[in-house]
Amino acid sequence: MDWFLQQFINGLALGSIYALIALGYTMVYGVLRFINFAHSDVLMLGAFAAYFIAPAAASIFGPQSYFGAFMVIMMAALICAAIGVTIEYLAYRPLRKRPKLTVLITAIGVSLFIEFTCQHKAVFGAETKPFPKLLPEQDFLLGGLTVNSNDLLVPLVTIMLLAVLWFIVQKTKIGTAMRAVSYNEQAASLMGVNVNRVITFTFAIGSALAAVAGILYAMKSPGIEPLMGIQPGLRAFIAAVLGGIGNLPGAALGGLVLGLLETFAGGIPSLSNYRDGIAFAILILILLFKPTGLLGKAQTEKV
Amino acid sequence: MLEVNNLTVQYGAIKALHGISLRVSQGEIVTLIGSNGAGKSTALRAISGLVRSAEGHITFDGQPITNLASHEIVQRGISHVPEGRMIFANLTVQENLKMGAYLRRDSDGIAQTMDYVFATFPRLREREKQVAGTLSGGEQQMLAIGRALMGQPKFLMLDEPSLGIAPILVKTIFEKIVEINREQKITILLVEQNAHRALDISHRGYVIETGRVILHDESKSLRTNPQVKSAYLGG
Repeated sequence: MDWFLQQFINGLALGSIYALIALGYTMVYGVLRFINFAHSDVLMLGAFAAYFIAPAAASIFGPQSYFGAFMVIMMAALICAAIGVTIEYLAYRPLRKRPKLTVLITAIGVSLFIEFTCQHKAVFGAETKPFPKLLPEQDFLLGGLTVNSNDLLVPLVTIMLLAVLWFIVQKTKIGTAMRAVSYNEQAASLMGVNVNRVITFTFAIGSALAAVAGILYAMKSPGIEPLMGIQPGLRAFIAAVLGGIGNLPGAALGGLVLGLLETFAGGIPSLSNYRDGIAFAILILILLFKPTGLLGKAQTEKV
Repeated sequence: MLEVNNLTVQYGAIKALHGISLRVSQGEIVTLIGSNGAGKSTALRAISGLVRSAEGHITFDGQPITNLASHEIVQRGISHVPEGRMIFANLTVQENLKMGAYLRRDSDGIAQTMDYVFATFPRLREREKQVAGTLSGGEQQMLAIGRALMGQPKFLMLDEPSLGIAPILVKTIFEKIVEINREQKITILLVEQNAHRALDISHRGYVIETGRVILHDESKSLRTNPQVKSAYLGG
């Protein structure tokens, strides 16, 4: 039972991070119908932004203060929002009327460009850097388990962000416009919606979430380096597909399911080497029986 | 109010419109009739900025609007109820109507217009919280028109409002179009395959064939024109 709970908490923390990243993939897919492969690099840039801001924040607000950590996360989110918007503006917008495959390949190009530029020694360098401790970390003894305070914090932050995102998408004007654009871009523009502005907004929100996810991921990792986004990014992309690409609750659910699967498979000593294999085998099974993903609806292609 | 001069639209190598010209004055109902593929819908789509025009000029209230972005054209008071209705099937009826008022900031005014839309189409009030994808074809058409009215347009373009709708509802919808024109003083440009009904309710009409205007006149003259009678009114 203790083992189960322990794995559950770990899986929840990991899954929450996947969920935050997956939301960015699925939101962009919703409005533009392509996978923004550079999303995983925005996550990495978020972690690096925090890495560089953290010392300044520590000297102003004191080391490992909650408020300081909050400021670091906010700043990194803002920086990444700007980066995401810039990527869209420079790389994707000029290709708006081109086939989706062109945009998809461009996205891969942008991703490689960011990764290898950042590896250059004049930028971040390829070596792993220790990520600063942003928060006072504590291990709790809960019954028979040891729980790290960060592992509790991660799902909490995720739930808060999900609530904010839900509110934006369901209750605000720009959120309704996002849903309208995602359903039918032409019809939305006939309502007076500036579609480009909605797309910019979508990239800003998605990238800000990626920044938060990048920082949370870095807090759990031994260190950060320019290729750190690839692994969680790939998993989050799969989580988005698992949940039903384009579907926001689906992305969150997909992230949690994948995180839990991975953690439980990894937690059984004799199976831990096969954890990805097991997780992805289950994934393939789910998609075999429900190709549209857990919460996705079959959509007929509109002409 | 609306003036279209020598408008040409090309889809790739194919010309859909070969320089058509038309004019709609304040308060009128003008109809474009013609067979499938004649270019009627393309004309509306060019006016509302959904397709680019290769040549020609469009002016609205004296201002050029040729090749502006759709959202800028809406802002000037032109609403387009497109072919196939294009309602947001994933949003509720109420959310669809609110989308129609996207550019408005006056929440009291929006509520008033919504009341007016509900009074015009009582069926929509009954379905207010329902997801629009669950509505019948006729109800979706009412929603599409209601949604366009939410923006308080000066000029309303309707593309095939009778398409795929139960005959009993077609009658209602045409009555409502006349009512909107008379009571709300909204100028209307109507594209219809059902030439009978279109000429019944309109003041003037243009006949379009393969991307050209071949005839235009008062609707009552068109109704008795032998050419129109044989081609579009079934003898």
